[in-house]
Amino acid sequence: MLQSTNVKTLDKVVVRFSGDSGDGMQLAGNIFSNVSAGEGNLISTFPDYPAEIRAPQGSLSGVSGYQVSVGKDVHTPGDGADVLVAMNPAALKTNLKYLKPDGIIICDGDSFTPANLKKALYATDDPVTELGIDPARIMLVPMTTLLKNTLADSGMDIKGIMKCKNMLALGLICWLLDRPVDKVLGKLKAKFAKKPAIYEANEKVVRAGWDYGHNTHASMPTYRIETEAAIPGTYTDINGNTATAWGLIMASEKSGRPLFLGSYPITPATDILHELAKRKDLGVKACQMEDEIAGVCSAIGASYGGHLAVTSTSGPGLALKSEGIGLAVMAELPLVIIDVQRGGPSTGLPTKTEQTDLMQALYGRNGESPLCVLAAASPTDCFTMAFEAARIAIEHMTPVILLTDAFIANGSSAWRIPEENDFPTIKPHFVSADQLENGWKPYDRDPENQVRYWSIPGMEKGMHRVGGLEKDFKTSVISTDGPNHEHMVNVRREKVARIADDIPELHIQGDPSAKTILVGWGGTYGHLLTAATELNKEGVPVALAHFRYINPLPKNALEELRKYDRIIVAELNTGMFADYLQMHLPGKEILRINKIEGQPFLVKEITDGVKKHIAEA
Amino acid sequence: MENNTNTFVAGDFKNEQTARWCPGCGDHAILNVLHKAMAEVGVAPKDTAVISGIGCSSRLPYYMNTYGMHTIHGRAAAIATGLKTARPELTVWQISGDGDGLAIGGNHFIHALRRNIDLNILLFNNKIYGLTKGQYSPTSDRGFVSKSSPYGTTEDPFIPAELVFGARGKFFARGFDITLDTTREIMVAAARHKGAAVVEVLQNCVIFNHGIHTWLSDKEVREERTITLRQGEKMLFGKDKNKGLVRDGFALKAVTIGEDGYTIDDVLVHDAHTEDDMLHRQLALMDGHELPLALGVIRDVEAPSYESDVEAQVAEVKAKKGFTSLRDMITRTAETWTV
Repeated sequence: MLQSTNVKTLDKVVVRFSGDSGDGMQLAGNIFSNVSAGEGNLISTFPDYPAEIRAPQGSLSGVSGYQVSVGKDVHTPGDGADVLVAMNPAALKTNLKYLKPDGIIICDGDSFTPANLKKALYATDDPVTELGIDPARIMLVPMTTLLKNTLADSGMDIKGIMKCKNMLALGLICWLLDRPVDKVLGKLKAKFAKKPAIYEANEKVVRAGWDYGHNTHASMPTYRIETEAAIPGTYTDINGNTATAWGLIMASEKSGRPLFLGSYPITPATDILHELAKRKDLGVKACQMEDEIAGVCSAIGASYGGHLAVTSTSGPGLALKSEGIGLAVMAELPLVIIDVQRGGPSTGLPTKTEQTDLMQALYGRNGESPLCVLAAASPTDCFTMAFEAARIAIEHMTPVILLTDAFIANGSSAWRIPEENDFPTIKPHFVSADQLENGWKPYDRDPENQVRYWSIPGMEKGMHRVGGLEKDFKTSVISTDGPNHEHMVNVRREKVARIADDIPELHIQGDPSAKTILVGWGGTYGHLLTAATELNKEGVPVALAHFRYINPLPKNALEELRKYDRIIVAELNTGMFADYLQMHLPGKEILRINKIEGQPFLVKEITDGVKKHIAEA
Repeated sequence: MENNTNTFVAGDFKNEQTARWCPGCGDHAILNVLHKAMAEVGVAPKDTAVISGIGCSSRLPYYMNTYGMHTIHGRAAAIATGLKTARPELTVWQISGDGDGLAIGGNHFIHALRRNIDLNILLFNNKIYGLTKGQYSPTSDRGFVSKSSPYGTTEDPFIPAELVFGARGKFFARGFDITLDTTREIMVAAARHKGAAVVEVLQNCVIFNHGIHTWLSDKEVREERTITLRQGEKMLFGKDKNKGLVRDGFALKAVTIGEDGYTIDDVLVHDAHTEDDMLHRQLALMDGHELPLALGVIRDVEAPSYESDVEAQVAEVKAKKGFTSLRDMITRTAETWTV
């Protein structure tokens, strides 16, 4: 039994829910994080689920996890858990490594049956001793017995009763972390609005969980979690994939271009397709095509038709789309390609996170085919960067690849719903009636930014043909002339380079006067920001540069980086962004921190890495 | 087509570019016929788009005064699908060859048909890869000798019509690059058909597969080896129109009227609009050997088209939910809290 009796006040608390992938851990975690957000906590979540939909029950490979950090200054789901909920011996075994040394465990004691222990490959019948867990740090709750007693009169069968086990765990957590039970029940009521009997059963179980904690473990430490004042507004919680979908809808509203999505199911990007398919109620046309290639190609057709055209995918799908993207480069059509990166190569680790598609995004096409590459920094930033991808595509007549990743796509945070004027109007680069009267040609360009003018079907006198063949700079007809080709290659490159005039400058965070700068890009922002903050607190001065605009780089980026003696790039690959920066910063030594385990960084891995590099200098 | 005022002439659809196909190529004739068919259809050039893949025939959009895209190999159907779904009010033509449409683009071809998106698909079939200078194609006959099959192919060809029916196609027509009136008629019929319409044009590649269709299309034999099907008319063929198609059990048989006891009353009447495609399949698979090759509109059945249903569904759910904006949708459906 746990000994201490004090109520601890913490800046932030990390809870990890783990169980069979059918145990409802994602739902329990989700309700917990939403309730916490409603209490004024910042939240950051990380669902960690297996590739199998339902792996064998009780097996090690079938364990699904959901980690959430709540409190103040929360930018990551946390390195380690303060509280681990394990619904069976397999979950306990696979998740113990995520528990902080002083963390506590809540586990279903009834699940320690010989069959379950065997499935989880225990050598003895005492998992606590076998795993070396301090008995004082684990609450073995007879969850199954409690459930059966609570729902004895419900008329439910055993299968139905067992489905409520996640709510028992949630009730316990609410007691432990001082979450208001009525708010939890409010969420459940909304979820089961059409199934009142199920709601009633779940309500009883949540209360039973809370009561059990309160009555039996009154001596355990409970926590009060600090809240943080946020910018006034209306908030909701949002994951990266939903944010991406909504950012695109916002761009459609701000540009007046209807939204078209051509896509094909692929983990972990499919939720973008799901969300946009639902959003037919906002006029979105989301088409599930016959393959990845048709996904991008249908989008190119829609773009030619004047739509904000998007295709969403993950790494293997991006590989299939490359020829199509090359066509959009050549035809100079606006096109947004969302790549939710996962572990690769090939099928790789479909449900896990990596940043290994950077080079593919930058260079993965035949010929000289530059395009704009962006990367979202967090779940909520997916909204902003999806909007940016669409804005740049439409205003600069170019394909834009937006890189997100499995971590931010599935992770969620509290998000302030934008007000009417938070985002700018997007101005399509349409050809004018005047130009059409005066011998306009499809590859005529705006001298300012080298962007060609957009004519769309239906425009009187705007009839024109585009395609994959090289065109003459002056006449826009097919040309195989060598010098013309070189000129067009340079023009297309210049057009993309000049996007730099239209994006924000790089903002240096941390301690800008430090000699060392920590550099990252995309979905690792929360971890890098936390690492930089901790290092500066520890007296290790470090600046932070985090990139969301990758091609072109922000105008001041290289000049800023040159100011530092030591550049350390931390990324979830073998050094792709480091290599990219090295190309732009010849002669400057670029140090690296890399991880390719399918998992996000731990903050400690970054802080240790920085200290090691500094020590070695 | 809601409006067929026919206020356009072929020249309205033609641009100033000189077609760069080989002299004598069948594509020249098809291009001219298409200009005429478009004028007859009567949709303005500004509301017409022509989407092609890659290959000799796919150069066609460059010779049109409409909107157009010359895209990438095999993908015309997918690109045209996106355009038509986005802009259902446009008339969209797709130009593909047998290699482009049935080999590298086979998947998009069958799915465009299954989906029944309203495209007018012109499939130029010359049974050869011309632009890459003479390799066998997926429609080349077994044993065909080409640069990539110097000892003859060891694979069976697709019969385009069979693929169309296999993919639940609702419209299939066939013509030659030299029977121009019929070919124009079927192009117009394809354009007027709501849904995916395939027009197979048997085309002659003068350089790499010269004369591949001559045994069927030559003036001397054409009347005997082909039959032009017309809606509601008897299935008659032959120079003197004295031959006809009759039922022979479940099969079809070609007979001469007045011989073996067959009269004109025994000859089948063509109905392209019957839902059941059994007879359409049999007609489309006639190959000019035992039975004459069928030309004209073989199948033309109305069915819901993809883009119309997408449009209707969008209108329906929009009206039902009544959201005015993204923000409105979020605040009315998501769990929110105010700070």
